[in-house]
Amino acid sequence: MRLRLVPEITNWDFFSRSKLWLGISAVMVVIAFGSFLVQGLNYGIDFRGGTTIRTESPTPVDVGAYRDAVAPLGLGDITITEVFDPTFADDQNVAMIRIQAQDGQEAVSPETVQQVEDALATFAPDIRFVSVESVGPKVSGELIQTAIIAVVLAIGAVLVYIWLRFEWQFALGAVAALVHDVILTIGIFSELQIRFDLAIIAALLTIVGYSLNDTVVVFDRVRENLRKYKQTPLKEVLNQSINETLSRTMMTSVTTLIALIALFILGGDVIRGFVFAMIWGVIVGTYSSIFVASALLLRLGVKRDWNKPDNTAGNQYANIDA
Amino acid sequence: MLQIELWKRVVIWGLVALGLLLALPNAFYTRVETSNDARAALETGATAEGLQEQASLWPSFLPSGLVNLGLDLRGGAHLLAEVQVADVYETRIKAMWPEVLALLREERGRIGTFRLQDSNAEELRIRLNEKPDMAAEAAALVRGLSRPVVSMTGAGASDIEVTVEGPDVVIRLSEAERLAMDQRTVAQALEIIRRRIDEVGTREPTIQRQGSDRILIQVPGIGSAAELKEIIGTTAQLTFQPVVTRTTNADMPPGPGNELLPAMDEDDVYYVLEEAAVVTGEELVDAQPTFDQNGRPAVNFRFDPTGARRFGDYTAENIGSPFAIVLDNEVISAPVIQSHIPGGSGIITGNFTVEESTNLAVLLRAGALPAGLEFLEERTIGPELGADSIEAGTVACIVAGIAVLVFMFLSYGTFGVFANIALMVNVALIFGLLSLIGATLTLPGIAGIVLTIGMAVDANVLVFERIREELKTARGPARAIELGYEKAMSAIVDANITTFITAVILYVMGSGPVRGFAITLGLGIITSVFTAFFVTRLLVAMWFERRRPKTLEV
Repeated sequence: MRLRLVPEITNWDFFSRSKLWLGISAVMVVIAFGSFLVQGLNYGIDFRGGTTIRTESPTPVDVGAYRDAVAPLGLGDITITEVFDPTFADDQNVAMIRIQAQDGQEAVSPETVQQVEDALATFAPDIRFVSVESVGPKVSGELIQTAIIAVVLAIGAVLVYIWLRFEWQFALGAVAALVHDVILTIGIFSELQIRFDLAIIAALLTIVGYSLNDTVVVFDRVRENLRKYKQTPLKEVLNQSINETLSRTMMTSVTTLIALIALFILGGDVIRGFVFAMIWGVIVGTYSSIFVASALLLRLGVKRDWNKPDNTAGNQYANIDA
Repeated sequence: MLQIELWKRVVIWGLVALGLLLALPNAFYTRVETSNDARAALETGATAEGLQEQASLWPSFLPSGLVNLGLDLRGGAHLLAEVQVADVYETRIKAMWPEVLALLREERGRIGTFRLQDSNAEELRIRLNEKPDMAAEAAALVRGLSRPVVSMTGAGASDIEVTVEGPDVVIRLSEAERLAMDQRTVAQALEIIRRRIDEVGTREPTIQRQGSDRILIQVPGIGSAAELKEIIGTTAQLTFQPVVTRTTNADMPPGPGNELLPAMDEDDVYYVLEEAAVVTGEELVDAQPTFDQNGRPAVNFRFDPTGARRFGDYTAENIGSPFAIVLDNEVISAPVIQSHIPGGSGIITGNFTVEESTNLAVLLRAGALPAGLEFLEERTIGPELGADSIEAGTVACIVAGIAVLVFMFLSYGTFGVFANIALMVNVALIFGLLSLIGATLTLPGIAGIVLTIGMAVDANVLVFERIREELKTARGPARAIELGYEKAMSAIVDANITTFITAVILYVMGSGPVRGFAITLGLGIITSVFTAFFVTRLLVAMWFERRRPKTLEV
């Protein structure tokens, strides 16, 4: 009568193909990284500098005409995209206009923005400019730097915390999973050319937090079971721990995904990229805590009986458990 | 563990009730906002009609703290300005000239004649024409003018460096003085920007220092960043400078110690002025829009005692010669001094409209910005976009909440209901805390709440799953519940601390909307652990005491 995402008792073998899974993950990471190197990210103005103008008008957006209207101003590279969203009203036609950073200027001057607005207004008199954002190259450079530092710092802090609470093998496994998740997220943003701005960094860090949450729950159980079953091979202990926590892992992932999907569909286009990153991160994070973090832990091995001081060392009963 | 002492129960319910009470005003946002505004107005002594009624819209015994809405939700303008601290160096060193001149003039017998040289901006270069070998002597004299720098780091350092370069005595600002000036300049700019924005009277502006020389300005409800720049961007640097000559030649070399400035309302008219000002706008205490004797808009001003004395002395000594009123490097007018003006007040006339004279008075009153501002970041968010975002966010929150509630009920039955109650308490607590600390809710912040809705059940899920497991082995439901909480503890703590670490890093490193997200995420972690460990457990305990079930289905 209860809704069960996974059977009450599972005894699935997660490690029979662990090499395959690790291999797949490695390939995915390489692809993602390659895509990032080859294609690069579609940076928003936060990271690239420049101006975006969001327009709204009751009449349909005519990208070509907008372009013709703005082109004579000689502002360099201008991107115009129409935005579609299920939450828009019928007479709400939205476009985003992106102007590159102008030479020798920090933020684009109000005069330039005014020129663009006037040019568009002559073409579409009922157009409204609902947001104008401009970031200078100086700040955008710093923002990239801060963002990278933030992600590295988060991963570093987590590494230390898990190392203190568990063992270095656990920390390494967890961090490998984190790096895997972060790279795959960056990879999909590069592959699909979704706009990458400051909010996506927030999403990346949240993914770090979420993925870790998942990994830590599995590891916590591993630690407990290692104390309980001192003679069982590590592989079985890991497998049992994952099976025992599987129900919880699925429950939490599904509730989080339900909430995120609601936000993805209904939350409007402004934060859609952000929510997409998180949805992707939850899926990848759940996968990686089992197939990357635990699989790596299995490869690295753990010192058994690690939580007690080794006061039996040196006597003949050293390895016999009561 | 199922026995929870009475005092603990009281504390838990008390905290929940407090959280709900603090969150309550947000449910009546506009009403509370109107009431708060009216109350603030009444406190300042306003007596407009209807204020009393507006104030009484929300009872005063209830908390009235609201969650601040970020710019992306309310609409408004955001500016990141860099204060051009180096601007001040030149003025500062040039202002020393009259003092140096007076000092050296007295010693002319010993050091011979001397002359100020044209040189790059941030130094005074004085050449000894007759006795170049006396330069060291003269330098020693000038050194006597130095003052100690007042700052935390540069204690003991003096404010100027005087060096001898051949026949020249060169005066520069010391490094310590520059640093101390940077500090002062930014602090002063911050204060002046705050005053200017307050004069316009917008709600809850954010004006804060960022890094060593930047100022972040966020003003909700303002039409555009350009408008905001107009309010703060005009430097309104008012000076009164002696006029050397008037010319129509824009390329005329002004000569050392002088500068060439255009006239404000006459084309192709320029004035050569002495660079050292007689009085500056800093010595101004009041400025009011007024009309001159011909009925044209003008601005009335008054100096403080030092300014008044200097102005008085100068006018007494220079009757018949013109002096210039300079605003932001443009000469507003250059009247001839008719008589000694002892009172320290005067009137600025020019081709003003009434509006311009009012603005000028405001700018003068608020004081001059000590240095120029360069804008590194400008954002304008229209109120419609913000309203759309709030609406979309609210709908998404409600749908997400309901979906999770249904899902939890289907999965855990009665226990699911407990978790659901805890979840609702959780969201209310987040709002309560946000209102309490006056945090700002941004669009990513709403996403943080939605994410918390999804993740908040995690702690409960961990416990419930554990209880399920323990039921298979433990003796009796009570023991299973106890063990469930006991054993899930470490996983919950570790999992939440790690997430909390990332939230803290986000808060420290992030800015604006990202910071808003970090706040809701961090608060969400705290409240969800609290509700899972205390609220749900208390609910389970109360239910268990009443029902005493022999078997348990989770």
